[in-house]
Amino acid sequence: MTMEQMDILLNGDEAAAWAAKDVHVDVVAAYPITPQTIVVEKFSEFVANGIVQTEFVSVESEHSALSACVGAAAAGARAFTATAANGLQLMNEILYIASSLRQPIVMAIANRAPSGPINIHNDHTDAMNVRDAGWIMLFAENTQEVYDTIIQAYKIAEDPNVLLPVMVCYDGFLISHTAERIKVFKDPKDVAEFLGGPRKIPKIELMGKEVELSLNPENPLPLTFGPLDLYDYYFEHKRQQSEAMQHAYAVIEKVNEEYAKFSGRKYGNGRVVPYRLDDAEIAIVLMGSTAGTARYVIDELRDEGIKIGELRVRSFRPFPYMDLERYLKNVKVVGVFDRAQDQGMQGGPLFLETRAALYDLASHPKVVNFVFGLGGRDMPPELLRTTMDELIAIKEGKKPVFNRKYIGVRE
Amino acid sequence: MIEQKWRPNLFELAKKPSLFTSGHRLCSGCAAGTIVRMVMMALPNPKRTIIANATGCLEVASTIFPYTAWKLPWIHNAFENAAATASGIEAAFKALKRKGLWKKDIPDIIAFGGDGGTYDIGLQALSGAIERGHDFTWILYDNEAYMNTGIQRSGSTPFAAATTTSPAGKVIPGKMEWKKPIGFIIAAHMNAYVATANPFYWQDLMKKVRKAVLYKGPSFLHVISTCNRGWRFDPSQSMIVSKLATDTCLHPLWEFDPETRTYSLTDRSLYIAKHPDQKLPVERYLETQGRFRHLFKPERRDDLIKEIQERVDKEWEYLLKLTGFS
Repeated sequence: MTMEQMDILLNGDEAAAWAAKDVHVDVVAAYPITPQTIVVEKFSEFVANGIVQTEFVSVESEHSALSACVGAAAAGARAFTATAANGLQLMNEILYIASSLRQPIVMAIANRAPSGPINIHNDHTDAMNVRDAGWIMLFAENTQEVYDTIIQAYKIAEDPNVLLPVMVCYDGFLISHTAERIKVFKDPKDVAEFLGGPRKIPKIELMGKEVELSLNPENPLPLTFGPLDLYDYYFEHKRQQSEAMQHAYAVIEKVNEEYAKFSGRKYGNGRVVPYRLDDAEIAIVLMGSTAGTARYVIDELRDEGIKIGELRVRSFRPFPYMDLERYLKNVKVVGVFDRAQDQGMQGGPLFLETRAALYDLASHPKVVNFVFGLGGRDMPPELLRTTMDELIAIKEGKKPVFNRKYIGVRE
Repeated sequence: MIEQKWRPNLFELAKKPSLFTSGHRLCSGCAAGTIVRMVMMALPNPKRTIIANATGCLEVASTIFPYTAWKLPWIHNAFENAAATASGIEAAFKALKRKGLWKKDIPDIIAFGGDGGTYDIGLQALSGAIERGHDFTWILYDNEAYMNTGIQRSGSTPFAAATTTSPAGKVIPGKMEWKKPIGFIIAAHMNAYVATANPFYWQDLMKKVRKAVLYKGPSFLHVISTCNRGWRFDPSQSMIVSKLATDTCLHPLWEFDPETRTYSLTDRSLYIAKHPDQKLPVERYLETQGRFRHLFKPERRDDLIKEIQERVDKEWEYLLKLTGFS
């Protein structure tokens, strides 16, 4: 039975703040940056009006925002932060530390093009910059999904087999500043119930004593976090971290199922969301808000008898290579859309990983790349239609395969 | 006015368990280990204290996995963010207590940073944490250069000192800039208890630690921490060199009370203020260390020694004015 919910008008940033409120996170440490600012503004209101008992730390930089979250999480708190672009880049050093210290922090990212030149609008280059930092990276398509995914993120992050931080990415302005009617839980206690109450900190056995993995001074043995780890142990620890990321595949799926029972909303298998792929000969692969526009075009083409479908990647890390194999194995042509820059590579990051994921198939489809929308450049249905026409032409042998094309840019 | 009546006594201290154990890998003669042990003995609530440590000598030498010298909960995050990490720990316990998830008193939080993590790369996060008024104590162990990476110049390195990035060359005789007045910079935030300390004057140091930790709000302790490897002297001389830093007024002992906004001299420096003839010439300090060798050999640089003495005199006069002595 799903929990009681109510309709509310929120933009993506407000939805992120609303989810953090409903999770009732213990500590928020954040620094303002467009287009994330509304998250911190909205959450500050919750604090100022006594709606939450959260400690809000308005730090002096994004670097300190994430650093404070690491301290808070190590102390046993549920920690939340939010940023974008340059702020995410300033955090870079601590991203790696947060994941290696295995702190289940959740961070909302209103994706924005990184400087320079300075630009405040959406693309995914900021997230792609940090794709190897050891964070789980989930991409939401719309405001509803932002809210749902942040709640899910805590359950994924805190799973004892995972214990990794999670980024919930959504398109700056396109989602962060666009108001939509969404459903939220009427009683935040239901969210607490979904999460199993306040954060449970795993215990380990150490020198014959049961020790909580935190800075708790009541521990029978005090713990040292973040020691110097040299060639004799570092590799094993990094290997464990990689294994935790492998565990996340199943946990993302499980949490998505549990959340569906609880909310009535489900996002594919949690990792990917397929659309009209059953008999498809052509597929597109993409992330974020463009997926909705693309489905509109796909419906048009389907009406014209073209067998085309969409696979939206929701979990970029861990990368769902097994789902790509499964859903795309019978497809003839795949077009991968990267809203991120491809500097000195064969194509954008999503393209490279998609092509690699399909390589082991007995007969793999032709895979081409479209780089689009940098710095907030619009991707209207008509433009998407031209790319799909190219995919059709490739399928019919009328056009050659290419690595990458830039879409919507003046030559 | 911050009141603190506790006086350390050796009989009492001898009974305290060591919370910073032997077996750490700090160099022999390093003052940082001595300072940490003194800090640990002066803690008002040793069973309810959490340590955050900036990257540096102390961090790398005390926690080589799978060993740790710390018998308190301890976290190292990065170089520049120990103050932000401490902010997060404090915020966590405040929130958990408010929600009824933490029943005891909020733990005392101590952050250790070297001069790199305090004067230079960590200054922004430290200033931010102090401005926000977190209840934590920052302990700067100041060895006046990036010792952990091999004795490179920092914003704390004194004038004329030779380091590996400010070598004493034929044209430039060591570092040509003066040490940043970090204590005054922190005191200028106007909400922190600030004090300087010297492990040779251990009672003064321990009293200040106790006061800093008990002060409700941010505290900052600037402790001179000799480094025989970087300063170039015999490891047996650490405490003698420490003593000279204060006796020459290069590292005077003072404290700033944010409630009354007053500076006061303490211990040996108070004594020197009352007995000016006890103030030793800077040369007595400089001649003990290889990093100043070029001021004496191959030929004596009276011009530079004089410049240092004049600067120290000027700063000491300034401090005497601040503390009501002139």
